[in-house]
Amino acid sequence: MRHPARPSSARAPASLREPRMQPVRRMKPSAMSKRKLKESNAESAENISQVQKILRERFCHHCAAGKLFGMEQQYRHLLELLKRTTVHGESNSALIIGPRGSGKTALLNHVLKDLREMKQVRENLLEVHLNGLLQTNDKVALKEITRQLQLENVVGDKVFGSFAENLAFLLEALRKGDRTSSCPILFVLDEFDLFVHHKNQTLLYNLFDISQSAQTPVTVIGLTCRQDILELLEKRVKSRFSHRQIYLMNSFDFKQYIKIFKKQLSLPAEFPDESFAQKWNNNVQHLSEDKAVQDVLQNLFHHTKDLRSLHSLLMLAGSTVTVHHPLLTAADLQEASRQHSTDSKANIVHGLSVLEICLIIAMKHLTEVYDGEPFNFQMVYNEFQKFIQRKAHSMYNFEKPVVMKAFEHLLQLELVKPLERPSVRAQREYLLMKLLLDSSQIMDALQVYPNCPTDVKQWAASSLSWL
Amino acid sequence: MNTRQQSKLIYSWYGKRLSSDRKLRTSQYKGILITSESTKTETCIQLGDFILVEGVNADQPYVAQLMDLYEDGAQHKRAVVQWFCHLEEIPQNKRKLLKREISAQEVFFDQVLCYDTDIAAETIIKSVMVLPLHLGEELPVITLNKEQTFYVRQSWDGKCFKVLSPDTFSKLKEANKKRGVITNSSKAFIPSDILTPVKKETESVVRSATKSKNPDMEIESKHSTSKSSLAKERHSQRVANNDIKTPTARKKLELNSPTRSKGRLLGCEVLGLLDDDCDAIAPLEPSATKRKVKFTNEILGSPPKIPCSNDKSKSTPETAEECQRFSDAMRFSPYTKVKDFSEKDKNLHEKDDILSLVGYQKPSSQIPVLTPRSRRTCAQKTSALIAEQISMLDQEDFLSGSDSSYSSSSEEEEDDDMPCTPEKNPKSSRIFSTPKSSKKSAVRTPAKTLKKTPLQGTPRTPRNATPEIPRRIQAAQEPASVLEEARLRLHVSAIPESLPCREEEFQDIYNFVESKLIDGTGGCMYISGVPGTGKTATVHEVIRCLQQAAENEELPPFQFVEINGMKLTDPHQAYVQILEFLTGQKVTATHAAVLLAKLFSTPGPKRKTTVLIVDELDLLWTRKQNVMYNLFDWPTQKNSKLIILAIANTMDLPERIMMNRVASRLGLTRMSFQPYTYKQLQQIVSSRLKGVKAFEEDAVQLVSRKVAALSGDARRCLDICRRATEICEVARQKRTPEIVRMAHVTEAIDEMFSSPYVNAIRNASLHEQIFLKAILAEFRRAGVEEATVQQIYHHYVALCRVEGLQSPTVSEIMAICSRLGACRLLLVEASNKYLHMRVRLNLSQDDVMYALREE
Repeated sequence: MRHPARPSSARAPASLREPRMQPVRRMKPSAMSKRKLKESNAESAENISQVQKILRERFCHHCAAGKLFGMEQQYRHLLELLKRTTVHGESNSALIIGPRGSGKTALLNHVLKDLREMKQVRENLLEVHLNGLLQTNDKVALKEITRQLQLENVVGDKVFGSFAENLAFLLEALRKGDRTSSCPILFVLDEFDLFVHHKNQTLLYNLFDISQSAQTPVTVIGLTCRQDILELLEKRVKSRFSHRQIYLMNSFDFKQYIKIFKKQLSLPAEFPDESFAQKWNNNVQHLSEDKAVQDVLQNLFHHTKDLRSLHSLLMLAGSTVTVHHPLLTAADLQEASRQHSTDSKANIVHGLSVLEICLIIAMKHLTEVYDGEPFNFQMVYNEFQKFIQRKAHSMYNFEKPVVMKAFEHLLQLELVKPLERPSVRAQREYLLMKLLLDSSQIMDALQVYPNCPTDVKQWAASSLSWL
Repeated sequence: MNTRQQSKLIYSWYGKRLSSDRKLRTSQYKGILITSESTKTETCIQLGDFILVEGVNADQPYVAQLMDLYEDGAQHKRAVVQWFCHLEEIPQNKRKLLKREISAQEVFFDQVLCYDTDIAAETIIKSVMVLPLHLGEELPVITLNKEQTFYVRQSWDGKCFKVLSPDTFSKLKEANKKRGVITNSSKAFIPSDILTPVKKETESVVRSATKSKNPDMEIESKHSTSKSSLAKERHSQRVANNDIKTPTARKKLELNSPTRSKGRLLGCEVLGLLDDDCDAIAPLEPSATKRKVKFTNEILGSPPKIPCSNDKSKSTPETAEECQRFSDAMRFSPYTKVKDFSEKDKNLHEKDDILSLVGYQKPSSQIPVLTPRSRRTCAQKTSALIAEQISMLDQEDFLSGSDSSYSSSSEEEEDDDMPCTPEKNPKSSRIFSTPKSSKKSAVRTPAKTLKKTPLQGTPRTPRNATPEIPRRIQAAQEPASVLEEARLRLHVSAIPESLPCREEEFQDIYNFVESKLIDGTGGCMYISGVPGTGKTATVHEVIRCLQQAAENEELPPFQFVEINGMKLTDPHQAYVQILEFLTGQKVTATHAAVLLAKLFSTPGPKRKTTVLIVDELDLLWTRKQNVMYNLFDWPTQKNSKLIILAIANTMDLPERIMMNRVASRLGLTRMSFQPYTYKQLQQIVSSRLKGVKAFEEDAVQLVSRKVAALSGDARRCLDICRRATEICEVARQKRTPEIVRMAHVTEAIDEMFSSPYVNAIRNASLHEQIFLKAILAEFRRAGVEEATVQQIYHHYVALCRVEGLQSPTVSEIMAICSRLGACRLLLVEASNKYLHMRVRLNLSQDDVMYALREE
């Protein structure tokens, strides 16, 4: 039986030839057959839904409950740093730098969670979380800080007053505190690089200045994926920053990657049905030793070490788990990997009409002949006409407006892109365009295009095939 | 004296010249006559009278006793005074010595010698009463014009408070008595402030007349608007004239007055109003003013110079007078009380207990506050009831009036930020606080108490909030080990006992400021230097030493103001902050600029020298450079007494960004802080670590040399040392002795200064590395350091074949490209160009090759 709450994958499956990938169509019969289910079946259904729930939480919610991999040192560094802030009232500033998906936020959340559980720390730390995508200028950021600190100029949940007043108020508040008596404040600036673009970097200057002077103890933690972040800071802001940088690099090798794969898939010890968990975990162990699976993982690992893409791969594979197919197989993973790495633009080509394919081939020839120079519709139409008149046996000679329509469809699919915005003056036929497909993509797409006429295929292979 | 002033107020001598000194060409007089030409009112002030003198802050005139009047050689009228000082003029830290609460009407006999007692006679505003009291004596509760009566109990000599010596006491008493005699005997010139009930009576007559004409409370509101508009007018004129004495508004007000004394009172009333809504911009209702003027003209049937009204007042039956006084007191006392507090609130640094008292009083005194507004509705003692009723009705009207004034005075885009307090009364829902204290009241009532009493008509006032961070619950731990102790001392925020290696600069700045202070002149100094070279620290140290010297009376006292360009949201906010530091006023930027210009361009008799630090000067740059221009223009004025220490990063800032006229005013007194050399850095670190054996000598030297070679930034040096202690602490768990060695320091330096790119490339995935290789190949082929993804793709496919890898799809290439772009290893265009997206390297090709080759 297929559980109704089956997790849907983040990435839509490109090919729907696999019937199992169509949840909606299968819904009805499974509900119908439910009554006839045997006792054991119901039990396994329960298990499957449990498994799906666990996996979904792991892969979709990037929660702090997930484990950290290969960042013990950074974890210790950050924990010590924040502990000193809360316990000793020492001001600090640090940046956590790492590529997207390297676990910056996860690391911070982990540290904060562990910190909050410590006895010396409890209730002794004010947290202010800012995000560069939300607080797009210092005015908004200041209001948000004031709101999160619940200072006295906050009414309900709103902060009033002008930017200048708010800044003066906040600075005055922070200036009045001192190391031993004020509650330490932790500022977390997510997407730190966006704060750098604020006018004069006023907010950063002030935060770092406070962290370097005998005022309220603050710790400023910035999270960013930009390696050149220090070059973006203005020199006096940079001087005030303590230059503490914590790098997260995904610096694990393939063996560890396999281990991570196993940990991510295996069920926890507290799973209700122990025998099922045992079975599942054994299967995961087998999978990790399977050559085919290792190839899939190796391929992904070569592409990216980002754990999020591993999650999306496992998500695709995990969604195939049903009552009738309770355990993952190597084939599932291979299929998922195939979907995961399909070319999105080439996939669009599969759904085009023959006329549209012909136009694309014409464009491909034009691009090759003119060495990447842009073309317009008239040129494409002429090329197409040449093919029709000289070579085509199976193709019907469409009228120009029909061809134009097909061309516009390609434009909408963004397989073709105009060089400049279409203006009222320029005629549509003469707008300069560029093809957004590589010739290898077109050839690959034609290979799998169903019922492609042979003469079109030949034409695609060589622009001179009609000679 | 120029003619413009003469047309408004004329100061002339009263009586004959007493004596004259031929040599100095001075002549002394016994009194001065202030004549307002247009209203034909005259006031006479004689020797021994107590007077108000125009002060720094327009709202807060100084109190003094007139000791001598003379005309100097240049025909300028001068006056010698004995000062009294308000509580606000006494330094914050000394106020505690009083150990009691001071009402706003109490002043101190000033025995500080440094103030100039010789003032221009034109700065005299009017005469007041100063009553000497014994220390234990209570303030007399019921007084008529409270505004004009001050009390003195103690004297202040700059260090401590003393009880008035019997001699002074009797002198003051005598002065009062003498004055009384003069008043009674003088037949034409009556000082304005004699306690004659007739003022009240005539006033109430006037008002009752008004009432009979328009018996509704419409007048009420109109009257208040016209009043505030008048106040505004006067104020704006003051501002426009940029002078001490241009009381055109007063002149206007006196139009309303049937007698001189009445005019006086109204004038001071408006002055009082000025306190509160000095920049209120209430819509002017021409009809209201017009009507008023017309009406007063009617009343003005009695010529102003005839003193019979006064005589008549004296003949008023005693009982009626009593009653009148009583009812006045009844009505006035709450009003003045609140006023007292609001005045006090202006003084931001008031004792907490008083202020909290205000907080509790406020709601209860709400309704009484309004009565004075309606007092013209009651002519007789029986009208007290009517007054009450009308005041109740008035409340709404009045409050909304004050609201509008508030919203217009608030700057920037505040209007849409008004909190909608959840109150039942929709009309008064936008009021921030009680009308009297709505402006710049810093009542430090805890927000909670305000929240609890929203029904009493006290809306929650974010204005009054205290900027404070909650206190920590658990006590901060003190450093336990040597390393922790060292770390604490190495923190940049730790203030060292002395600033090593900046002795010369310290001495230069100190001498500069000191000489200006002693001369009582102004000047500018420009201080430059790269970040982290101790500019701000040194200047602060100088100020600290100067303050200490001033406290020990080695130097004249001065005011210290600091602004930081980075802590301002807009260069023009500099004015606002300076003015707030100096006078505690909160006004808009343009207004503040005008007030400051006035302040620094006029000779203030009691004004101290101001030392102004402008940090991060370059951020005060505007297109017209008017902020910088003004800042540097003030010290060049004769009476400014302003010393500016401007701090910025770049040495050639004046030449680079300033206009000639600004740079010229800045002058050539410049100082530049050189980056620290390694020896200095070493000294800085070791001076901080004195007595703590936490570092190896060589380790400190290594850090110093490294930092000196890079930037000479002391902050960096301290940060590295601090990080080294942490690294050492982690390593210590393996039972090594706890001292920071070379290895730890090297690790810390590597951590801070190593380029992240190489590491990032080495930790990138295989395909990402191949992509970088493909980029290099394409660059080499094309000879241009830029390529499109499509071009790179062909190389990429070829490289994959060589490596025996499955060649990835275009989607994957795009993903790789955007990942590298997000890390800024590559600089990429917007991704909607897809294959035609152009790509550049963000680091040199050599770095990429180095990073890729190592493996």
